[in-house]
Amino acid sequence: MSRTGAEALVECLKKQKVDVVFGYPGGVLLGIYDTLFDADILHVLPRHEQGGVHAADGYARATGKVGVCFGTSGPGATNLVTGIANAYMDSVPLVAFTGQVPTALIGGDAFQEADIIGITRPIVKHSYLVQNVDDLPKIINEAFYIASTGRPGPVVIDLPKDVVASKTKAKCNGEINLPGYNPTYEGHPLQIKKLLKELSEAKKPVIYAGGGVIISGATDELVKLSEQLSIPVVNSFLGLGGFPSAHENYVGWLGMHGNYASNMAMTETDFILAIGTRFSDRSTGRLDGFAPNAKIAHIDIDPASISKIVKIDIPIVGDCKKVLNQINQYIDKFNWDKNREQRKSWIKQIKVWNTERPFSYKKSDKVIKPQFVVEEICRLTDGEAIIATEVGQNQMWAGQFYKFKHPRQFISSGGLGTMGFGFPAAIGAKLGRPDKQVFDIAGDGSFLMNMQEICTAVQYRVGVKVAILNNKFLGMIRQWQHLFFNKRYSYSCLECQPDFIKLAEAYGCVGLRAEKPSEVADVISESLKIDDKPVLMDFRVDREENVYPMVAAGAALNEMIFGE
Amino acid sequence: MRHIISVLVENHFGVLSRVAGLFSGRGYNIESLSVGVTDDPKYSIMTIVTHGDDKIVEQIIKQLRKLINTIRVRDVTQVEHIEREMMLVKVHASPKYRAEIFGIVNTFRGKIIDLTSESLVIEITGTKDKNKAFIDVLEVYGIIEVVRTGSVAIARGSKSTTEFTKQDIKNQEE
Repeated sequence: MSRTGAEALVECLKKQKVDVVFGYPGGVLLGIYDTLFDADILHVLPRHEQGGVHAADGYARATGKVGVCFGTSGPGATNLVTGIANAYMDSVPLVAFTGQVPTALIGGDAFQEADIIGITRPIVKHSYLVQNVDDLPKIINEAFYIASTGRPGPVVIDLPKDVVASKTKAKCNGEINLPGYNPTYEGHPLQIKKLLKELSEAKKPVIYAGGGVIISGATDELVKLSEQLSIPVVNSFLGLGGFPSAHENYVGWLGMHGNYASNMAMTETDFILAIGTRFSDRSTGRLDGFAPNAKIAHIDIDPASISKIVKIDIPIVGDCKKVLNQINQYIDKFNWDKNREQRKSWIKQIKVWNTERPFSYKKSDKVIKPQFVVEEICRLTDGEAIIATEVGQNQMWAGQFYKFKHPRQFISSGGLGTMGFGFPAAIGAKLGRPDKQVFDIAGDGSFLMNMQEICTAVQYRVGVKVAILNNKFLGMIRQWQHLFFNKRYSYSCLECQPDFIKLAEAYGCVGLRAEKPSEVADVISESLKIDDKPVLMDFRVDREENVYPMVAAGAALNEMIFGE
Repeated sequence: MRHIISVLVENHFGVLSRVAGLFSGRGYNIESLSVGVTDDPKYSIMTIVTHGDDKIVEQIIKQLRKLINTIRVRDVTQVEHIEREMMLVKVHASPKYRAEIFGIVNTFRGKIIDLTSESLVIEITGTKDKNKAFIDVLEVYGIIEVVRTGSVAIARGSKSTTEFTKQDIKNQEE
């Protein structure tokens, strides 16, 4: 059956079970938008393409499905760039469709022309410029397959106007032919045995679990392994939620603002089993001080992540869930009694560290402490909400004081550190998981970067809650200036900001404010009653609160700075 | 260490820019890159000469493999191989010095492919070292221009360059 490229595109999206897309129309996309008008797909119109791509990202992280967004040629496409880079850094499955000028005009500096394939080349898993409409269905198939398998990532499909307007008979269920793309899923049995052998010799083992555990859905397998062998588990920042934080084997998260016990455990351990993580500099601290006495095994589906930063003794390429299953099957074949006593005292030592210095802050009944707001959100949502964050202090406090129970509960820009990510991502998450309470724990600076999306949330009746930890500063920048630049607060003070309550009202949603600690719980409870529109909460917090502990740039993990 | 990496790629639009961009974006050194279609027009082989310690070269190979359009990536310097580069050299050659230069070209097994009253163009193929020696010798006559293809390399024996496996490399070492 012959139909236009635009019709074929929508048909292929349906075939991929896409039920929501985030897009902003434009000149060259008019044909596609005319088709989308009647399609049985929810199209969400953000108020800026960046909001659209972050929403698709948040949707993907909350649901595990592929996020889909559209932007028109030129500025529409370039406005997606930050969101694509963000998805690339955090391994989020995303398909971004961009409009392109007609093929005959490409290269001639036409109106709204940009070489988006060239611009995005270093920040995509793969990309396509569709030159022939008959290739379009196959390309869409491949794009969804590439985005969602192996180590997930964003794929860009650039659609020249004339290509989507021409007719094609090509079918949407075509075969995928990618001779150069064959992710390894099963771990090599010899490597797995080697790992177990070394692990059984270890006296102070630790599991270091990252976002890969969440992506591959390996939480149950990880819990099983940790319980069977009594191995403590440290999360990376993006690994939060991948292991239940209330579990007795849970240590915390490591890195720049991670907890004392995790950073100490990673320094003193003699064996690290790293799972689905990439040894980011924010996690490892100074490399020559990182796990100086440890043998390291690393399970990852991306071979290039293994031995990239830290030399790995036992590499295992494979899917976290599959490999953990394989490991769990072999456990009985090894002798786990060798260092039983040492292991017991290791676990005891970690418990001592955690009791000595848990995440803490100086409580106050006069001024709202930002940490207190996060604790209250956690308490009043019973630790069950999906928490998106912006970037900076708000993000770190969300990681420190919300106690995550489940995978896909924590949505944060870990790798790229994109301010303005949290709010649109929360909108996407709520659209994907309408059954959940969804919060954006925000700073006033970050929130202002994409606040135009309040309009989107109001239009689509998305009941996200934005908790602004309002300190009228770019808090993390101010913190670094405080600690390392002699308190010279160069351009980090946001002296002018809107009245967030009036702002909410202007957009037709609800604004709430707390100025005293005693008002915090009421404001949060009030917000929880509203599910058909967004709620902005303006928490006037202690302006110069710092995030601790802190591993300064260039310091080793055990060289933490503590607050008073 | 100098490494020659052979990359079998799909003959698609934009593959070269993905490979070249990977080197510039990640700060890898690139000495030369040459690319040409294989006997099957669906594929090309790129020969990339790079420098780096083991850790960097391991990353380069892994990152190249990660590209969707690359099918096989092999470090040719891990196996017995032959490397060649072609150069076209334009050199000042007044009639007085012609015979002398002809002699040098013969010694290096080059070919004269253009001749004017003032100059010569010589085609020469060899390893990097041989080609360098040739240029050094010609220097005194005044070189006008040198254009080179960059190295290409092929594994010795009956297996194709990109087919060599780890086991083959091990066997060769033994």
